[in-house]
Amino acid sequence: MTADVVVTGLGATTPLGGDVGSTWDGLLAGRSGVTEITEDWVDRYELPVRIAARLAVEPGDVLKRVEARRWDRCEQVALIAAREAWEAAGAPEVEPERLAVVIGTGIGGALTLLQQDDLLENEGMRKVSPLTIPMLMPNGPAACVGLEFGARGGVHAPVSACASGAEALAWAWRMLRADEVDVVIAGGAEACITAIPVAGFAQMRAMSRRNDDPAGASRPFDKARDGFVLGEGAGVMVLERAEFAAARSATVHGRLAGIGTSSDAYHITAPDPDGAGAARAITGALRTSGIEPSDVGHVNAHATATAVGDVAEAAAIRSSIGDHPVVTAPKSVLGHLLGAAGAVEGMATLLAVRDGVVPPTRNLTDPDDDVKLDVVTGKARDVELTAAVSDSFGFGGHNVALAFARA
Amino acid sequence: MTNEEILGALAEIVNEVAGVETSEITPEKSFVDDLDIDSLSMVEIAVQVEDRFDVKVPDDELANLRTVGDAVDYVAKTT
Repeated sequence: MTADVVVTGLGATTPLGGDVGSTWDGLLAGRSGVTEITEDWVDRYELPVRIAARLAVEPGDVLKRVEARRWDRCEQVALIAAREAWEAAGAPEVEPERLAVVIGTGIGGALTLLQQDDLLENEGMRKVSPLTIPMLMPNGPAACVGLEFGARGGVHAPVSACASGAEALAWAWRMLRADEVDVVIAGGAEACITAIPVAGFAQMRAMSRRNDDPAGASRPFDKARDGFVLGEGAGVMVLERAEFAAARSATVHGRLAGIGTSSDAYHITAPDPDGAGAARAITGALRTSGIEPSDVGHVNAHATATAVGDVAEAAAIRSSIGDHPVVTAPKSVLGHLLGAAGAVEGMATLLAVRDGVVPPTRNLTDPDDDVKLDVVTGKARDVELTAAVSDSFGFGGHNVALAFARA
Repeated sequence: MTNEEILGALAEIVNEVAGVETSEITPEKSFVDDLDIDSLSMVEIAVQVEDRFDVKVPDDELANLRTVGDAVDYVAKTT
C-alpha cells in the first residue's frame, strides 16, 4: 500500500488576513479583500483598472528589516506563510535530506525587476543591487524557504501561471508518494500588483473594470462578471508521508488524497471552451485518490470571473464529477492571487472538509445560465464532507486538480 | 574625518545593509567570518561607502578589506 500524504501545517498571508485563521474567517464571512488602488501609477498611466486585492498585513510589519530588504515581496510572503505553516506543524524534526520545498509562483520578482530597472535608468549601473537576480528569479520564494528551514531534499519551483500553487502541492504529493522525502513545505506565492501587470492583464480584457464598486467587482459565475481582480499573497502547507506524521504524533488536518494534471494545447491564454482539459485533470485527481465522483461533496472552483473560463470550468465539473457538489468561488473575495491562488484555495478546500462548512461566493446574484451548479451564496453552508476537489488553471493551458479527503 | 568617525559611519552602513548591530561592528571583526556578511552584501556596502566617503572601492581593493579595520584604514588613506 502506497503511503498516504497528510497535511499537518497551514500558513497564509492574503488580502483577507495575515494568517490562516483570519483568511478562513474572511472566506466564511464572505468579506471582500478588494480595495481601490491608491498608488499614483493608476493616474499616471490612466489605467482602466483601479482596484486590487492588497495584502491585509504588510510583510514589512512582520519581517525583520533586513529580511524585507533582502527578499522580493513575492519571497517575503512565501517566507511568512511558510513560517506559520512550519510552526503550526510543530516544527517537525526531520533529516534535512528528507525535507523538500516546492513553492511556485506565476510571475516571481517582478517588482524587483522594475525597481532595479528604474535604478539603472536613473542612477546607473553601480546602483543596481547585487541581490537583483536572487530577488527576481521565480525559484526565489522556494529557495528562500529552503534556506530558512535547511531543506536538502530538493527545492523546486513549478511555474505554470495561475496553476503554480496547485502544481506545487501536486509536486509535493508525488515526492511523498515516491518516498523521496518525508516532509515537504509546499505552496505558492505572488506579489506583483503594479502598473505593468495591471496594464497587461487589462489589455487582454481579463480584468474587472468595476472600479466604483471594489467589493462587488469579482463576480465568479455571475451574468454580470467582467473579469478578475488582481490579488497578492501566499499559501503554504506542510505535507508529510502519513507514516512519518503518525510516528511523531502530529495533528493531521486531512489528506491530499490525489492529484490530476493536464494541458489543453488549445490556446496560449484561452481555456478550451468545453473544459475538456480541466475535466481530465479532475478525473485524474479522482483516479489517483480512489475517490468516486459521488463522494466528492464540494468543489472549490478556480472561477476567476472571466466570460469563457467560468463556463468552461462549470462544464468540466459537471462532466467529471456531476452537478451534486457544493461549489464555491473564493476569488469573489480573495481576488486572483495568480501563482498563490491554488495553494490558498487548496487550503480552503481542506479546511472545508475538516470543518464541514463551505464559504459563500460573494457577488453571485444572477447566475450564468450555463453554470448549472449548486454554488453557495449569501452565507457559508454547513455540509458534511468526506472529500472535495480544488481546481486551478493557468495561462498556457495548465490544469491542476487536487483531491482532499478526511484524515 | 577621524578613524572613529569613519568607523561610526561604516557601522551604520553595515547595519543598514546586513542588519548587524552597530555595537558588534568593531575594527578587529572580519566581515565574512565574524559578521556573517556575504559577498553580495559586501558589494552593497562598497557602493554605500563610495557614496558616503566620496572614495572609489575597486573590486580588487574590496577583496583586500577583510576586517572592519581594513575598511576604516582604506577610507582614511584614500580620503
